[in-house]
Amino acid sequence: MSNLQSLSLYWPELILSGTILLAIIIDIFSESQQSKKVSNWVTLGLLLTLIAVAITKHSPTTLFMDTLAFDPFASFIKSIVIVATILVIVISRNSNEFKGYHTGEYYVLLAIMVFGMFLMASAIDLIMVYLSIEVVSLMSFILAGYLKDNPRSNEASLKYVIYGAFSSGIMLYGLSIIFGLTGTTNYFEIRDAIKALDGSADLALTIASVFVLAGFGYKISAVPFHFWTPDVYEGSPTPITAYLSVAPKAAGFALMIRFFNQVFVDGASLSGVGWSSTVSFSWPQLLGIISVITMSMGNLVAVQQSSVKRMLAYSSIAHAGYMLMALPTTSSEGVFGIMIYLVMYLFMNLGAFFVLIYVIEKEGGETFEHFNGLGWRMPIVGLVMTIFMFSLTGLPPTVGFIGKFYLFAAVINAGPGFYWLAFFGALNTVVSLYYYLRVVKAMYLTGEPSDVIAVPSFSMTMIFLLLAIPSVFFGIYWVPILGWVKDSLLLFVQVL
Amino acid sequence: MDNILSWIIWIPIIGMVAIGFVPRGQQDLIKKIAAVTTGIQLLVAVMLWITFDATDGSFQFMERAEWIPSLGIAYILGIDGLSLPMVALNALIAFLGVFVSWNIDRAVKGYFALFLLLDTGIMGVFLSLDFFLFYVFWEVMLLPMYFLIGMWGGPQREYAAIKFFLYTLFGSVLMLIALLALYFACGNTFDMLLMMERAPFALDGVVWWGMSAIKVIWVLLFIGFAIKVPVFPFHTWLPLAHVEAPTAISVVLAGILLKLGVYGMLRINYTMLPDAVWWFAGAFAVLGMINVLWGAMCALAQKDLKKMVAYSSISHMGFLLLGMAAVIAGGAANGSNLMAAQAGINGAVFQMFNHGTISAMLFILVGVIYDQAHHRDIEGFGGLAAQMPVYSGIVALAFFAGLGLPGLSGFVSEAMCFIGAFPVFRTIVIISTIGILLNAAYFLWAFQRMFFGKLNEKYTGLVDINRRELFTVVPLLAITIFLGIYPRPFLDMIKETMNVLIDQVVIVGGIAGIF
Repeated sequence: MSNLQSLSLYWPELILSGTILLAIIIDIFSESQQSKKVSNWVTLGLLLTLIAVAITKHSPTTLFMDTLAFDPFASFIKSIVIVATILVIVISRNSNEFKGYHTGEYYVLLAIMVFGMFLMASAIDLIMVYLSIEVVSLMSFILAGYLKDNPRSNEASLKYVIYGAFSSGIMLYGLSIIFGLTGTTNYFEIRDAIKALDGSADLALTIASVFVLAGFGYKISAVPFHFWTPDVYEGSPTPITAYLSVAPKAAGFALMIRFFNQVFVDGASLSGVGWSSTVSFSWPQLLGIISVITMSMGNLVAVQQSSVKRMLAYSSIAHAGYMLMALPTTSSEGVFGIMIYLVMYLFMNLGAFFVLIYVIEKEGGETFEHFNGLGWRMPIVGLVMTIFMFSLTGLPPTVGFIGKFYLFAAVINAGPGFYWLAFFGALNTVVSLYYYLRVVKAMYLTGEPSDVIAVPSFSMTMIFLLLAIPSVFFGIYWVPILGWVKDSLLLFVQVL
Repeated sequence: MDNILSWIIWIPIIGMVAIGFVPRGQQDLIKKIAAVTTGIQLLVAVMLWITFDATDGSFQFMERAEWIPSLGIAYILGIDGLSLPMVALNALIAFLGVFVSWNIDRAVKGYFALFLLLDTGIMGVFLSLDFFLFYVFWEVMLLPMYFLIGMWGGPQREYAAIKFFLYTLFGSVLMLIALLALYFACGNTFDMLLMMERAPFALDGVVWWGMSAIKVIWVLLFIGFAIKVPVFPFHTWLPLAHVEAPTAISVVLAGILLKLGVYGMLRINYTMLPDAVWWFAGAFAVLGMINVLWGAMCALAQKDLKKMVAYSSISHMGFLLLGMAAVIAGGAANGSNLMAAQAGINGAVFQMFNHGTISAMLFILVGVIYDQAHHRDIEGFGGLAAQMPVYSGIVALAFFAGLGLPGLSGFVSEAMCFIGAFPVFRTIVIISTIGILLNAAYFLWAFQRMFFGKLNEKYTGLVDINRRELFTVVPLLAITIFLGIYPRPFLDMIKETMNVLIDQVVIVGGIAGIF
């Protein structure tokens, strides 16, 4: 579609842009500590954007001269991003980590980041890929270092910048090689050009793609591009940690799914025909190995942590590994599995981090000791945290199990060549039980029944229940999510 | 009564919700609700036993409802001669378990709520005929068990609870992979009845990495179930969990949870992959022998009474494995000795039931003395016979049942297992019989050390078993004696189903046989 025509399908982003500009202006004119007003506006704008995303329907097409795809898959990722952002805004308002800071621009930065992730979800052009990743990264750097007076937050930001610059540099190099080989930046033209090359530049293409993978791997924190994750997650304000572990990850997976399924796969997309015969490099093996190393490293290091925040950081690396399991299958089942997992992961991971935020506020720390006897003193918090922990482990009847079930099903369905992935995934589940149970153990097994019971404030209780009830309900009856994901499993495809 | 199977599964959940609404000060009310709930469940189970048609070997009281149609997951329940005794046993033990737990005074509300949740999970496993549902119940059972051991257990409870959980989850995830492989092989269905029909043929000749797919799936499932039984190299969680768990939970663990492993093998391995039974039967017999001897020898070395009983469970499970291995006697290659196959399989299921009653009884009795003496050191007692005559008498009977004295039910089932396995695994059976001797040795030796000799000065204050405790033991004792003298009513109930099972292994396994 031409630029002007594209605008008619682009109004979710337009609403979002309007929100951002408006919020900046409101922030300037409001009293310095009155940032509630800004967050209200941003939340409202995001809700409108969500509605716009939901009602903007059109058959899959491309926007702005083939730089962005418009398809249900992009809308799906956008919805996840918005829901995560709204939840994080709500929890940020309830968190006392930001006491003494001016938080007006905090919400604006979040909204700009959402805009970046919208681009990530739909980019089908190398330049757009790079730009969208940079927008999201720059906002993350600032947000990670938002607590100016806290040295750990500064450290997080600095480390994030250095790793980010490094990996995006490598990625840019890879992108430029691909451009050099194919003479185009558009995914579909690249795909056709690769076919035309007919294996004559295999080595260069492989190296370039591995470089590009470094950029993607950095965004979803896959090993060996994960080194920034634990320190950044630990130092950032906890709401931002929660946010980084869910939203950019979803957008990163969207990028990867598009890149691998549209550039390297025959028959364009998701028809399950497998990797393009013109690509000699064994991508399934490489991605599979990255997946296994990512989940194993995440889990094994998480076991040794004494801080729950750091443990959750490593566990989020492990979860990226689980999701990566389904990527090399290049089947629609694989993408389906990842999409389901992203939804399920949103509930349980945000839930776990939100409880952590609450515990940091009430108990004054984030180590396992601060959870001691929590189940007795704050029954509601203990119960929902138990649900999130079991869900992250992947035990029925919770959403974590359903998500894992679909991932495993996709892997097993892809044939005996992938069974080893399922096997390692299964073993890792057992390892992860150990550290998730440590939280449960601290909450219930240490400490005695107490007569003094603390109940969180009404709004906190509501947030907890809002995440905990779906975590169980969709674990028992997940047909609604199934329907949504099924309808969204449609990527724009340009047929030859 | 319609949907009787659903009722029997979900009644405890109703009780659990009711307990949720009781203020936590009202401990007596909570206990009474638990007792009434499990009591109703027991009545329903008795009704089920009476109305069950023993002449029909197929599934009865079937229920079927849609759940997740796009994935082929449905809510399917059914009962046959294999699950019926287990359901009855679970209902009984849950009911008695409430009374065994009567002295719990720490976080009573949580305890009984979790206890009822556990009850539901176990019933669900025995009655599910949808593999996905089966798996969900299988896992749901783990959660309350973790808390029950970890929060109300002994000094090492945290370690015991997590070890139990990790071991079992390891088995479960392997089972999940096998489950998915079977699902895709059987044409995207979790319906166990369809899987039983299709699986033996669907996987015929399929090879994964040079190994027969059937064997790989069999081994994955076997490990999953063997950890629960527990079969020899996977047994190390059991003594710890049994010793640290509170009495009622030890009773449920020994009485029911161990049987889930065997039930799973008979329900899934035997019916869905019957030809691999032929391949694995030898290993079954050898593992059974090791279990018998290893468990018995470990029991002999124990100073802790509860640990001794725990190891005796491992030993008793060995007899059962021998009986399960005997099924191949019915095949043409082994002279079509159908009598031996029947004796073995019927004996194995009978042993499941008998071990359920006997070990439950033993653990209750251990709990009785522990509540008063606050230790379980066999050497620390002595001369209790004079101080607690009724208790001593009952322990004597329970120990005799444990060592397999003729006239008590354990003898009948162990003999059947041996008789069944003898024609095929002659040497293994002969070696295993040493286990009987060892069993007798440690039970009698423990009895002698505890009850005879001079009374320890410390224990002149002990009082005899009270009425509540008697109430929990006597029903089990009565069943043990009754089935020891007259096992026919039980064996008639399961016979037809076992014939179906044997046919599946011998005939279907024989046709499909790729080995």
